[in-house]
Parts: sequence; structure tokens; C-alpha cells
Amino acid sequence: MSASNPAMTHDGADRWLVREELHAQPGTMLGFWLYLMSDCLIFACLFAMYGVVGGNYAAGPGPKDLFELPLVAVNTAMLLFSSITYGFAMIEMQRRRVNATIVWLAVTGLFGLAFLGIELYEFHHLIHEGAGPQRSAFLSAFFTLVGTHGLHVSFGLVWLLTLIVQLKRWGLTDSTRRRLACLSMFWHFLDLIWIGVFTYVYLMGALR
Amino acid sequence: MTAADLHKPSATADFVHGHDEPHGHDDHHDDGIPHASFRDYLIGFALSVLLTAVPFWLVMNDVLPSKQVTTAVIVVFAVVQMLVHIVYFLHLDTRSQGGWNMLAAIFTVVLVVITIAGSLWVMFHMNENMMPMSPHEMRIAP
Repeated sequence: MSASNPAMTHDGADRWLVREELHAQPGTMLGFWLYLMSDCLIFACLFAMYGVVGGNYAAGPGPKDLFELPLVAVNTAMLLFSSITYGFAMIEMQRRRVNATIVWLAVTGLFGLAFLGIELYEFHHLIHEGAGPQRSAFLSAFFTLVGTHGLHVSFGLVWLLTLIVQLKRWGLTDSTRRRLACLSMFWHFLDLIWIGVFTYVYLMGALR
Repeated sequence: MTAADLHKPSATADFVHGHDEPHGHDDHHDDGIPHASFRDYLIGFALSVLLTAVPFWLVMNDVLPSKQVTTAVIVVFAVVQMLVHIVYFLHLDTRSQGGWNMLAAIFTVVLVVITIAGSLWVMFHMNENMMPMSPHEMRIAP
């Protein structure tokens, strides 16, 4: 396809850019998708582990005694809001409006921070009550599963902050647009995993 | 823009014109980045809010008579919401990246189901099909 590319007749800089375009970007999106799928398998293993040992309380507290559903509902709302605001950032990106993109990214970051803050508060509260990860197999599995998700959100936030800085410095170049699209997939994927967490761990835990 | 479009001769021309020109609206795009529409995000968000709120309401207010029924209902809601996220937020369709995205996703779903369902099935049926213990073995068992 590159042999018959009319851009080859342009000047050198143009040609170089176009050639990079042809090969790098579709590959990046597919590669990132494959990364997400492998990440999905990590979470599948953690869900399986939680499913297996989640009923072993070691005579300690169970999900019913520990989880506060209103707090989880607020947390879920935070993540869902951050998903839609990231969507708005992507739409502004398509309209080539750098500042609006940055604003929506910042709003997404705030919702993400709120989510993390609530989760850390919950973890702190549990550990303070003596229901830390070392208390029972159920709590070990709970902290590993929910903590891994929280860790992903933290790295997503670092990535988001990096992208805001890059957008301020370089604007919406092909590279920053590609990175925004990758983070978009990552962020929505984390929201998808959270659906599994709140259903399987919290709601079904309360039903036990 | 999908990888399938790459194979059409006309797609080459789309690739060549610069990415830096502002498009008023891009119906198709050239970089493998899925096209996001405002409408899709709003539909996805509205469905997600509904599919999240109902399970929380069902569990927090003990609406349904039995726990088994509630569990089944919230699992169905979760699966539907995951599909909503995949379609409206992750923009997965059979054409993106020439179908490789969808293929990888299907493969992953198969592995996820085997991992989770298989683990639960095996680990909660460990005592089945075991040799019965003799009274002597019972006495020396830990």
C-alpha cells in the first residue's frame, strides 16, 4: 500500500509523517486492545479467587457486617460520571478544541480522585476496625481484587495528568490524540471491571 | 475508520490528506481511533445509570421475595451493563481493526468464563467423586 501512496511525491517531512501514520496508529489501537484483554484475564483470576475463598471468614466479619452500600453507590456514581466526562473530552478532541478537552479531562480526573478517595476511606475504615487483609481469606481476596482495581485507577490518573501536561505543551497532535484514545479505552475498561466488582463483591455480598 | 477500509483503493486518498486540517465533522477517520458521537455517550450513560440504580435499589430495599431471584436479576443487569459499556463507550464492533478487536474480545470472554466458572465448579465440588473413608482413615485424619 505504501508503494502506491501518492504522498511519496511530497516533500520529505510530509512523507515521513504519513508513513508513520500508516503503520503506527491502527497497530497501536489493536495492541492496546490486546493489552486490555490480557488485563481482563488478571481480573478474571482475581474474581475467581474471590469467588472461591470469599466465603471463608475465619470466624471474622463477613460482607454484611462490613460493606456500606450507600457508600458503594456513591463510589459507583463517581466512576460512571468520570466515564461520561471522558466521553465529552473525546468529543471535544474530535472537534479539535484543546482547551475544552483539557477541561473535561480535568473533570474526569476529579471524579477519579473522588472515587479513589472514597475507596481509600473505606479501606482505612476496614483496617481500623480490625478487618484488614490479614484477618481472613475473604478479606485478603477482597483487598486484592478491589485494591488491584484501585491501583489501575491510580495509574490511569497519573496517565491522565501526564496527558493534560502534554496537551498543554503540544496541543492535539496525532500522538496526543492516539494517547487520548488509548486512555479512553483504559478508563472505560476500568468502569466495566467495576460493574463486576460492585455486583459480585458488594451487592451479592450483601445478599449472602 | 476500520482496517477493512484500508484494503479499498479509495481509502488511500483519505489517508493522505493531513490529519492536521480541522474536520468540521469526520464521518470516517483515518487513524484507527474509534469515532465517538455525543448521542452514543448519552445513550450509554442513561442506560448505565438505569442498569446501576436498579440493582442497588433491589438489594438495598429487599424488593424481591427471595435472594436467589435477586441474585439472578442483578447478574443479568451487570452483564447487560457490561455490553452497554462495550458498545457505547469502548465502541467495539465487528468492523473495528478488521475484526481483530472482536475476535480478541470473544477469545477473552471464553477464557474469563472458563477461569471463573471452572474455578467455582471445581472448588465447590471437591468432595464429590472421592473415595469413601474407612473408619480407620477417619480416626487418623487430621
